[in-house]
Amino acid sequence: MQTLRRTPLFERHAALGARLVPFAGWEMPVQYTGIGEEHRAVRTGAGVFDVSHMGQLRLAGDGARAYLQARLTNDLDRIDAGQAQYTLLTNEGGGIVDDLIAYRRPDDDYLLVVNASNVAADHAALPETQDVSDDWALLAVQGPAALELLGVEVEPFTFREDVDVLGVRCLLAGTGYTGERGCELGCAPEDAVRLWDAVLARGVTPCGLGARDTLRLEVCYPLHGNDISPERTPIEAGLGWACALDKEFTGVEILRRQKEDGPDQKLVAFVMEDPGIPRTGMGIEEGGEVTSGTLSPLLGTGIGLGYVDAARAAPGTPLTVDLRGRPRRARIVPKPFYKREER
Amino acid sequence: MAAEESYPEDLRYHPEHDWARVEGDLATLGITWYAQDALGEIVHYEPPDEGSSLAKDESYGEVESVKAVSDVVSPLSGELVEVNAKVVGEPETINDDPYGEGWLVRIRLTEPAEVDELLDVAAYRKLLEQ
Repeated sequence: MQTLRRTPLFERHAALGARLVPFAGWEMPVQYTGIGEEHRAVRTGAGVFDVSHMGQLRLAGDGARAYLQARLTNDLDRIDAGQAQYTLLTNEGGGIVDDLIAYRRPDDDYLLVVNASNVAADHAALPETQDVSDDWALLAVQGPAALELLGVEVEPFTFREDVDVLGVRCLLAGTGYTGERGCELGCAPEDAVRLWDAVLARGVTPCGLGARDTLRLEVCYPLHGNDISPERTPIEAGLGWACALDKEFTGVEILRRQKEDGPDQKLVAFVMEDPGIPRTGMGIEEGGEVTSGTLSPLLGTGIGLGYVDAARAAPGTPLTVDLRGRPRRARIVPKPFYKREER
Repeated sequence: MAAEESYPEDLRYHPEHDWARVEGDLATLGITWYAQDALGEIVHYEPPDEGSSLAKDESYGEVESVKAVSDVVSPLSGELVEVNAKVVGEPETINDDPYGEGWLVRIRLTEPAEVDELLDVAAYRKLLEQ
């Protein structure tokens, strides 16, 4: 049996009465008080997630830019030092090895924040990078009140390092996975408990991976391993916007051809019109498969993402989801299900 | 408001965390406090079709939380008499009151002798301690 890894905040989660589950080799909180309650805290106030399980790869020095530019799909030249970018790591077939955020530091120095379950695969595809995951604890503080409660300001997809946040030296980034304003705070593992306690003392609600999943699904952020995988390409997944097809990177020829010809299947968002909750792996009778599903705490109905034939992928198209042997009606809708109000 | 942990004396229990309240040849069925607590906030109840027959130890419906789906196993065999419509509309009733308003179905027993195979509260509590 493999032992599960624990973040520096494990004792805090246990003390708060969190329900702990295995996730990507880590023992992580799935919920504290309840997924619905935590979800609403992030949509209306502020919630904090321990995402210290996520991986960090670093590449610095001459050639770092060129190396990553030849392996990541998005164009690193579109960002300056102090900016961050959503990008993908692809294989020879154009399949998605991982999705990640690249942080550009001054002087050809890049930090990649990657999915916990893919650290090994990413490192194998980017052998020149250094796995610095053990140097970082990571908290995501998300919601319309998040920045104000912390007393910090940061613009979306920018970051600053060595920032004092509630007395702790942090990397402060305007990134997240919930569709709300907020930030992610990277700090030394030995400072994580102090930062967590200080964030909670500001009235931020602790939130688990359960709410993280329902929040990201409402805004149609794909989850690697579910909605995107090494067998699916960014063109099929609707992530062509994160691929600079005018530059060379692994698998680019296949993606160019697929964009030209159109993919056979597309990742779509759908809502249930009949009762029931779609779940990962359920069949779509017209052809296709559900890759993520839940009951939207905001809409109160079943929502999901899934791959369907490209000819039947337009919003408004009816679908039939096989809910464990029961055919149930659904309808394709425009992405996302939820969009934060600009203020 | 979630209910406090309890296991009423007058019920009979199935090891899959289901309960039966037997009154003559009728039985009311539901899931135990332990089962609803393990699931968390219940957001969907998929009841059996009208006119269904339920078989002991077999699934007759599903309860779902945001994260997970769980089969509901029938502790007894019988013909479906009634589905609790309140729970279909407000599945969180199962969390609030698992032995009262959160009952799931009523059946007419076809094998009344099966009742003797079910656990009493002491035996069920013992099972939970294991």
